[in-house]
Amino acid sequence: MIAHLPALQVHLPVLQVIIPLMAAPICLILKRAHPVWLFALITSGLAFVISVLLLQQVMTSGVISYELGGWQAPWGIEYRIDKLNAFVLLIITSISTIVLFAAQTSIEKEIPKSKHTFFYILYLLSLTGMLGIVATGDAFNVFVFLEISSLSAYALIAMGKDRRALWAAYQYLIMGTIGATFILIGIGLMYQMTGTLNMEDLSQRLPEVAQTRTVFTAFAFVIVGVCLKLALFPLHLWLPNAYAYAPSIVTAFFAATATKVAIYLLIRFTFTIFGLSFSFTTIPLQTLFMALGLAGIFIASTSAIYQKNIKLLFAYSSIAQIGYMIVGFSISSVTGLTATLLHMFNHALMKSAIFLALGAVMYRLGNVQLSSFHGLGRQMPFTMAAIVIGGLSLIGVPLTVGFVSKWYLLLALLEQGWWPVAVLILLGSVLAVIYVWRLVEVAYFKEPLSDQVPVKEAPMFFIIPIWTLIIANIYFGIDTRLSVQVAQAAAMSLFGVTP
Amino acid sequence: MINIVILTLLVVIAIAIIRMKDLFAVVMLLGIYGLLSASFFVAMDAVDVAFTEAAVGAGISTLLMLVVISMTGRREITTRHKPFSALFVVAITGFLLIYGTLDMPYFGSADAPIHGHVAPRYINDSMQEIGIPNIVTSVLASYRAFDTFGEVVVIFTAGIGVLALLSVVRRPEDPEQIAVINDSMHERHLVIRIIAKILIPFILLFALYVQFHGDFGPGGGFQAGVIFAAAIILYTMLFGLSTARRVINQSLIRLVAATGVLLYGSVGLATLLSGGNFFDYNVLANDPIAGQHLGIALIELGVGCTVAVVIIIIFFNFAARREMQLNNKKQHQDKKNKESSSC
Repeated sequence: MIAHLPALQVHLPVLQVIIPLMAAPICLILKRAHPVWLFALITSGLAFVISVLLLQQVMTSGVISYELGGWQAPWGIEYRIDKLNAFVLLIITSISTIVLFAAQTSIEKEIPKSKHTFFYILYLLSLTGMLGIVATGDAFNVFVFLEISSLSAYALIAMGKDRRALWAAYQYLIMGTIGATFILIGIGLMYQMTGTLNMEDLSQRLPEVAQTRTVFTAFAFVIVGVCLKLALFPLHLWLPNAYAYAPSIVTAFFAATATKVAIYLLIRFTFTIFGLSFSFTTIPLQTLFMALGLAGIFIASTSAIYQKNIKLLFAYSSIAQIGYMIVGFSISSVTGLTATLLHMFNHALMKSAIFLALGAVMYRLGNVQLSSFHGLGRQMPFTMAAIVIGGLSLIGVPLTVGFVSKWYLLLALLEQGWWPVAVLILLGSVLAVIYVWRLVEVAYFKEPLSDQVPVKEAPMFFIIPIWTLIIANIYFGIDTRLSVQVAQAAAMSLFGVTP
Repeated sequence: MINIVILTLLVVIAIAIIRMKDLFAVVMLLGIYGLLSASFFVAMDAVDVAFTEAAVGAGISTLLMLVVISMTGRREITTRHKPFSALFVVAITGFLLIYGTLDMPYFGSADAPIHGHVAPRYINDSMQEIGIPNIVTSVLASYRAFDTFGEVVVIFTAGIGVLALLSVVRRPEDPEQIAVINDSMHERHLVIRIIAKILIPFILLFALYVQFHGDFGPGGGFQAGVIFAAAIILYTMLFGLSTARRVINQSLIRLVAATGVLLYGSVGLATLLSGGNFFDYNVLANDPIAGQHLGIALIELGVGCTVAVVIIIIFFNFAARREMQLNNKKQHQDKKNKESSSC
């Protein structure tokens, strides 16, 4: 048996998903919260290592196909790792590991002790679900893992300290279930017209029947379902409360990864499965998504300005950032898609840093209302500095990652000659300046309230992961080789262009 | 013909459910809806699915909703608000669904794509490749074993979700009090209790039959798990939560839930270490067919364990909430009585 161990490299695609999956029930056996946390952290770290190896392998030797059960593709289930999903896998596992580092400290004050073990199990299951959605090359398998990630997400959000978390989770449950059902109906209709569930196989067999009304319906259901999951304006209503009232760790993890997975699915369904010509020429997806993306940027950013709860503020900002990704997607050019993929990576870095820092504020103050931030710049200098740098990155200031993705987005728009849209994108950034400034003003230029108890800086278990993310924000803002190279290569392969 | 009758009934019941304000009646109708769906699946020759639907849709989910109603009250609060925009969205969705059927291949048509692409191999070769007469089991436990693994994890997730949100820390119970409750119930439910006691062994036996007969006829881990759990739930309903807790140790069954998933996954890991792909059962034994048999038996066992235990966990935690509510009410009343007597 041991002799086969070196050959495990072939099995990396499945190990990526199986390791966190198997770790979840083991946590239930370990039972005590502290070892469970360590175990979950190690598991997530291992998944991160695997995703790095996978990305390396894909970049050098191309697509990896793995037949589960040893059955050939359309009969069995296939895991198919290409540049696109290797990139997304890396985003998910890296953020998950960094966020998990702070988990033990953060949930100590937000979740009753008796439930800590369940928290880690659900966290691992949710990680498993997302990795499974991204790694698979089978449309029905997507749905199965979507169920795992959604169910665990509902439970995780409902574990928030505030009673409103229950209501938020319930809203998300209803909307998320409708979304998942729509995706399932779409997959069912596709199966009916082609007789296959494998993505590669679907992409070859769909063009024959592309003109039928059934395939059109399938497309509509899948797209609406995915857009519900990714909180595209106007289907975003579940998101703000879910993010605001969930435990801080959950918000940091989901804000960075969950919507990215949905955007990945959108790209996978439109580009790989239905194919470019069907998605963008038969159906006027381009104009529709451009309009919705822009509307999302403006309406969500404006709502963000008026929020008093800072978690809610950044939740609205997340909807606006999704708008940027959708605009890049709707351009349907290599540069546009590169901008979207880059922004997935960059937005994950900034939002996880900001929400973790807010988690630290929550840990010290017990709430994240704007009024509690008076004078916090001096009392929690490291935490507040992190929020400010994260905010600058959100705005898109040079030397941060935010700048890189906005730059590529503008390039893509100008390439098409759509300069009015480019102007709108810049105006959107101005709105971001306003909502970030409101926080900075209160934290740095107002004296602490007289009745406020002085607070200490957050513990190291917060500062280390937060600053790891912030440094990544700056590093990838200056040295763009890795992120741009991978995003560009992924976008090119989706368009079928060879570099 | 029978399909049309059943579908018409389904629509009638669905409308009745929407119109009805009495939640108890709504839950009963939902149970009937589940049973009708199960009959519909039988008529469509999907016996395996019908099995599960009858047990879960008509049985256990109805029961869980009844527990909830017993805590919340049975009348729906009516609002004046008429959600026209929701109606609009529903109308569009319905229209789109009908529109999508227009170009579908006819039901049962031999030229339909689903019959011509992957299905022939399942039908013609599965006996040779896997050696099991029930093609449904071959597909779900071998060709698409990974999907089934995912489904088991979905169920496991549901169990953990319920534990994370609903589980309550209980004080140790007074054995005398349990005896008192038991005696009082004895008089009330004498006939049902005796009949149930006779039935339960047969239900458990039937669950085991379904579990191990899945290779040859409809059945398998999912159905067996649900039936097994149904027997335990029946026992709990008639003999009280505290008695049932003494039969079924709560922390032990959590371990069983985890073990089920781990067993399923370990089969995969074993195939990896024996040099095959994940879930490639051929490498488990010298003879590929024997390997397939072994692999399928083990994973079905894993499915059965997790499904049965998760359903029991869900029921116990729902019921424990109800118990807690009743206890709180009683304490509240005791306090009130004491206060009034001291006055």
